[in-house]
Amino acid sequence: MTRYSALALAREGLRGHRGWRPAWRKPDPKPAYDAVIIGGGGHGLATAYYLAKNHGVRRVAVLEKGWIGGGNTGRNTTVIRSNYFYPESVALYDLALRLYEGLSKELNYNVMLSQRGMLIAAHTPMQMEICARIANAMMLNGVDGSLMGPQEARARLPLLNDAPDARYQCLGGVWQGRAGIARHDAVAWGYARAASALGVDIVEGTTVTGISTTGARITGVETDRGPIACDRLGIAAAGATPGLVAPLGIRLPIHDYALQAFVSEPVKPMLDTVLLYLGTGTYVSQSDKGELVFGGGLDRVPTHGQRGNLPVQETIVSGLLEMFPAFGQLKLLRQWAGVVDVVPDSSPILGPAGPEGLFLNCGWGTGGFKAIPAGGWLLAHMLATGAHHEVSRPFDLTRFAEGRLIDEAAGSGIAH
Amino acid sequence: MSGWRHPTLGQIDRDRHLRFTFDGEGHTGYAGDTLASALLASGTRVLGRSFKYHRPRGLWGLGGEEPNALFDVGHGGISTPNCRATLTPLRDGMDLRAVNTRKAARDPLGLLDLAQRFLPAGFYYKTFMAGGWMRWEPMIRRMAGLGRLDPSNRPSGDMPQRNARCDLLVIGAGPAGLAAARAAAGHGATVWLLDEAGAPGGTLRWRGGEIEGGPWQDFVADTVQKVEAAGGRVLTDTTLWGAFDHGLFAAWQRGARDFHWRIRAAKVVLAAGAIERPLWFANNDLPGVMSAEAALHHLVLYGAVAGRRIVLATGNDGSYPVAAALAEAGCHVTLLDAREDTPAAPEGVEVRRGVAIDAARGTRSLGAVRAGGQHIDADTALVSGGYTPSVHLHCQTGGKLDWDVDRDALIPRPGTSPLIPAGAANGTFGLNAALAEGHAAGGGMGSAPNAAGATWALAPMRPDPKGRGRVWIDPQNDVTLKDVKLAAQEGYRSVEHLKRYTTLGMATDQGRSSNFAGLAAMAALTGRTIPETGTTTYRPPFTPIPLTALGGMRRGALFNPLKRLALEPQHAALGATFGEYGGWRRPAKYSDTQAEAKGARETFGLYDASPLGKIEVIGPGAAELLDFCGYVAMSTLKPGRARYGFMLGENGVVADDGVTLRLDDNRFILSASSSHVDHVRLILEEARQDRFDPSRVFVHDVTAQWVTLSVSGPQARTALETAGMPDDVTALRHMQVVETRWTQVPLRAARVSFTGDACWELSVPARHAPGLMTVLEGAREALGGHWIGLEALMILRAEKGYILIGKDTDGITMPQDLGWGRPRERRQDEYFGRRALFTPEAMREDRRQLVGLDCDGAPLPTGAHLVPLDGPARSLGFVTSSYHSPTLNRSVALALVDAGLDRMGDTLGVFHLGQHRTARICAPCAFDPEGTRLAD
Amino acid sequence: MQIFPCPFCGPRDETEFHFAAEAGKHRPEPAPEVTDTAWSDYLYGADAPKGRAREVWVHLTCGEFLLLTRDTVTREVLDAAALPGRGEAAT
Ligand SMILES: Cc1cc2nc3c(=O)[nH]c(=O)nc-3n(C[C@H](O)[C@H](O)[C@H](O)COP(=O)(O)OP(=O)(O)OC[C@H]3O[C@@H](n4cnc5c(N)ncnc54)[C@H](O)[C@@H]3O)c2cc1C
Ligand SMILES: [Zn+2]
Repeated sequence: MTRYSALALAREGLRGHRGWRPAWRKPDPKPAYDAVIIGGGGHGLATAYYLAKNHGVRRVAVLEKGWIGGGNTGRNTTVIRSNYFYPESVALYDLALRLYEGLSKELNYNVMLSQRGMLIAAHTPMQMEICARIANAMMLNGVDGSLMGPQEARARLPLLNDAPDARYQCLGGVWQGRAGIARHDAVAWGYARAASALGVDIVEGTTVTGISTTGARITGVETDRGPIACDRLGIAAAGATPGLVAPLGIRLPIHDYALQAFVSEPVKPMLDTVLLYLGTGTYVSQSDKGELVFGGGLDRVPTHGQRGNLPVQETIVSGLLEMFPAFGQLKLLRQWAGVVDVVPDSSPILGPAGPEGLFLNCGWGTGGFKAIPAGGWLLAHMLATGAHHEVSRPFDLTRFAEGRLIDEAAGSGIAH
Repeated sequence: MSGWRHPTLGQIDRDRHLRFTFDGEGHTGYAGDTLASALLASGTRVLGRSFKYHRPRGLWGLGGEEPNALFDVGHGGISTPNCRATLTPLRDGMDLRAVNTRKAARDPLGLLDLAQRFLPAGFYYKTFMAGGWMRWEPMIRRMAGLGRLDPSNRPSGDMPQRNARCDLLVIGAGPAGLAAARAAAGHGATVWLLDEAGAPGGTLRWRGGEIEGGPWQDFVADTVQKVEAAGGRVLTDTTLWGAFDHGLFAAWQRGARDFHWRIRAAKVVLAAGAIERPLWFANNDLPGVMSAEAALHHLVLYGAVAGRRIVLATGNDGSYPVAAALAEAGCHVTLLDAREDTPAAPEGVEVRRGVAIDAARGTRSLGAVRAGGQHIDADTALVSGGYTPSVHLHCQTGGKLDWDVDRDALIPRPGTSPLIPAGAANGTFGLNAALAEGHAAGGGMGSAPNAAGATWALAPMRPDPKGRGRVWIDPQNDVTLKDVKLAAQEGYRSVEHLKRYTTLGMATDQGRSSNFAGLAAMAALTGRTIPETGTTTYRPPFTPIPLTALGGMRRGALFNPLKRLALEPQHAALGATFGEYGGWRRPAKYSDTQAEAKGARETFGLYDASPLGKIEVIGPGAAELLDFCGYVAMSTLKPGRARYGFMLGENGVVADDGVTLRLDDNRFILSASSSHVDHVRLILEEARQDRFDPSRVFVHDVTAQWVTLSVSGPQARTALETAGMPDDVTALRHMQVVETRWTQVPLRAARVSFTGDACWELSVPARHAPGLMTVLEGAREALGGHWIGLEALMILRAEKGYILIGKDTDGITMPQDLGWGRPRERRQDEYFGRRALFTPEAMREDRRQLVGLDCDGAPLPTGAHLVPLDGPARSLGFVTSSYHSPTLNRSVALALVDAGLDRMGDTLGVFHLGQHRTARICAPCAFDPEGTRLAD
Repeated sequence: MQIFPCPFCGPRDETEFHFAAEAGKHRPEPAPEVTDTAWSDYLYGADAPKGRAREVWVHLTCGEFLLLTRDTVTREVLDAAALPGRGEAAT
């Protein structure tokens, strides 16, 4: 692997960039691996990387039906944060955030983590009380959270609507300084490149069509390019997971919905933090390129179609303009939707399921980008050791039967 | 300086001069100009700078595909960023600023271009890691971005959003669209004919032509007349930007007032035309290199001539009329045709066959080209690399594309979209053929309108990945052929990886003139065909549209509108200040919250309880339905009585609480809490329809029909007597209800209490509410009672330990956590949520339970957490409600605490934003625990 | 904007409807005889079919529940019917 650096760029610049090799190899699938991972999204690729890196398991394949990062990893609005309520969630998302903090260096690929801070803003006293509840929970859980007052909120967000007829007057909210955004494609590509360098086969354009078992154990997968043997299988296929495990008699608590994202034409810097407004449900940041990147709630019709619909667009955009009337000068440049795998408690499913050797990493719904390093770390741990990591254990599938849901929306009123 | 204004051509109003500035320099244009035509005619060449290398950029196109000429437009004291020059009409006094630069003509950052070899595609993934990205980010951010947002420009949220239906929607009013509209209108169909341009006609407007033996203008006028006569509409300046599920189309109409349209049509014809492709030679991004089609457009419509010494490079017949018109206008035109077999040379035009441009020369703008080994001086190079059909909307509806060799384009695959493509959008380029296709698409019978006109032949033109020099593919984002090569070399070969790695096609022109070349280059580099390489997904918007179009009028009070009290004016007259509570606008207080709370305990308090849900459950099956849906059985309730209960979710979590009144055997009223009414009604409806015999029970939400005023306190009964309430009302005891009349008005009175004092809820039909309020206000004045706002009410209920669902409970609270374990232990029948109350988690003894908190000093902050007194700090729960009680003269608080019931009497730490206090766990009820005040 | 046909009111905007459940679920009863797993499967388990789906929806404005057969990929509505035994309410 050619190391990336300013020096390498300079050297290659002088010789016409002829020396750059493919970021990740493009191998054909081998007949057998020690471990196979279905899904070349962030979680699948990170899993492969940590399997090789942390556990020395290198005969690993990631099978991706399209191009890597082509699922929600390449479609999300890239908000990264660990401002959660329950200790279990904080342990998970802050593990991810800590790994993100060293990721560019670790992977030698700039994922452009911008820890510009995030405000969850409130407009009623009751919402402010909930914000205090969250901020305190974060502090007790050892995460950098604080309660921000109205003056500081306005100082950080000078374009916030302060008109007398504004529907919402911002009272402040929960602030996390370490929260921010990152470049989604770079996360997928960086993990792929680093994993590939450690010997992992990243096989694009290969669809898994079935899972083979002896009944009790995993023996491999069927793909549209032939069977592949393995006795350890990790599924990180997001919304496709239920369909993959259904033939094994496993029914998951997952509904699929479209979640939309929006990008405006680029302008010079004018919004320096990430904002989620409880009153409108709209959240927004400004990308390094200058575009506003924003989104909001789900399209409320279960679907597998990656298309957004107009009513939700109108709701989200009107929310944005009510928050920032000056954004009415801007035009909508792009808009798209991803199908998200929504679980009743909005927390992921991590852990074994069905036959021995099978482990799941899914159900991230609207918020799994921020968790990619942790999701990969934990699934790798389970695939390598056959057992839960203490951080993943609470997220086991058994929590539904036991009634042990980790419902952030219920605890904090914030679903994503 | 090379563009100029033709003395006679164009449809501008030469009597109306409009003055404007560009980057501070004064210019004059005419009414009818666009920013693009005015600047072109002014001879200004450098209109902007590219995103990455800050290379000079000039005008390229004629419409939404324009990648370069974007301005911050100041007018009337405010400015608007990123206005596309080709689509913005010129107005007097406009102040135009090139985006992403101080001054387009002289930009010191242009030096970046010297470092270009170190800044290839995706260079930022390989560097800026030392010390963390945040070290570099501020600099990068400052350099990125196009225009500037004007903080004082706050467009009002008043764009109307309108719905329309029609028989036929025609997208594009060029020849094909006109023919389709005309054919359909001829059959009496209502047709909506939309076009992005300011007038119908499409390319006819600058290419001209004769149709049905007459001038094209007659054909257009006749078509418009037919469409309108049949009840249809012709909307110009209207961009159809999105196709959505179930046949919905969205359009943005510009004018004195903009509109946003949502249109549904029985049938849709896509006649959106095609966009000219550029050509790919070294330095093809120099100002002065321009689309040939655009040059003709600007010449004919505005008399704006692209240059004087013009080289026109092409491979298709469509460029010949362009050359002819420019020559006739007085330009020196050399036409380079890549083909050997070409049409005849137009008059005054030198045609060189089998020649293409190899490189453009010039520093800040074009000075010459090198073609076929020869140097040709030229101030302008017009190029035509063929045409790309505008298939976006076809693809937005899920349509697939096929590669058509003859048309050298991806065209709509028949049967894959409900849209019927016609004309250039379908790759049908000749005028006559387009008319025929449009006619057929519109359901026309008989012969189509016909036009004289040449056939349209073309040779495929492609970027040559082996070519030398820097060849631009995406001029706004600075993507060159080398970048595509690098992407291929580094394995970013799928079109999506290509796009994301190089940013090809992600500029504000949506890649309209760049995507094809990128695709073709990647295909060539990887030895695949264009269809094998694939295309990126087409999604709305077709052209960037203002956010205000989507936002519509949903702003201010119309954004998530609050529910309003029938008596709001009366409360306002009493001096109430209002707040938002559970979706309602309600009095927060009238004067002083503490005084109100104290006064209500001493004499009596009055408050408006109308938002309280009132759901009638009627019929012989009513009791059975309520028993199933509720946690506390209601069938044993006697008529005339009230009972407190809960509604759970099937997950066992408390969804709502409230009092159920039984009016007679078959009639109940369930009072849901104000923000949960809809949810409660749905739980009842679902069980009614899915589980019970719906003909035996009926559920009716009458919340909005009744106004409820509550009278609470030791003197409440006296107050009611003073107000003239009938005896059967004043005689009521706690948890009794009566339906009676007050004067002639139906009145329902219930003795239920959210304050802990004797309390009457008086409900009358909303139209009688002012009368009721008047008599109660009279009594208040006479006896010294108090109007109390929600804030005081919160204190009163918290003193009693009465909970508010969603505040004192959260999404895991079960009834046993609130001290209501009995039904769970006793009930043997099925009820909603029952099974979930017995999961391993639900059976735990140490669940988070509701308790009271006792503390010294100021009230505990709501949202503070309970923590162990010693040992590691961890959350044991949190304060849900906390107030200073004026009656007890101390603070009262409620909290959810792990194993709270076991901790009665314990002292715990209280953590709030780094501060520590202590509090003692106590029973939730702090005031009158025996309930003597209710008994009255 | 999708259009769903309410069997009682006719075609209406998607925003007027609320997804209730996948069709064909039977509430396991009585509670004491239902295992934790059976209950959680009833409560949370989903087929989330890709393609043809039968679902229970409610039309919020009239309050009637209905059975919708849809394609979850193309979003085509294939059929809408009142809950069994409720058809006579349709006019
Ligand atoms: C619009 C939008 C905005 C979002 N915003 C945020 C945000 O701001 N912050 C945040 O943290 N999260 C956000 N999310 C959520 C986040 O994107 C996802 O949770 C996360 O990307 C999931 O990653 P993944 O690797 O699990 O899934 P994916 O990236 O979807 O990867 C799954 C992969 O599996 C592949 N696959 C599926 N089936 C098969 C098969 N049979 N064979 C082979 N391969 C298969 C797919 O092609 C896909 O590439 C957002 C999501 C969306 C849609
Ligand atoms: Zn209906």
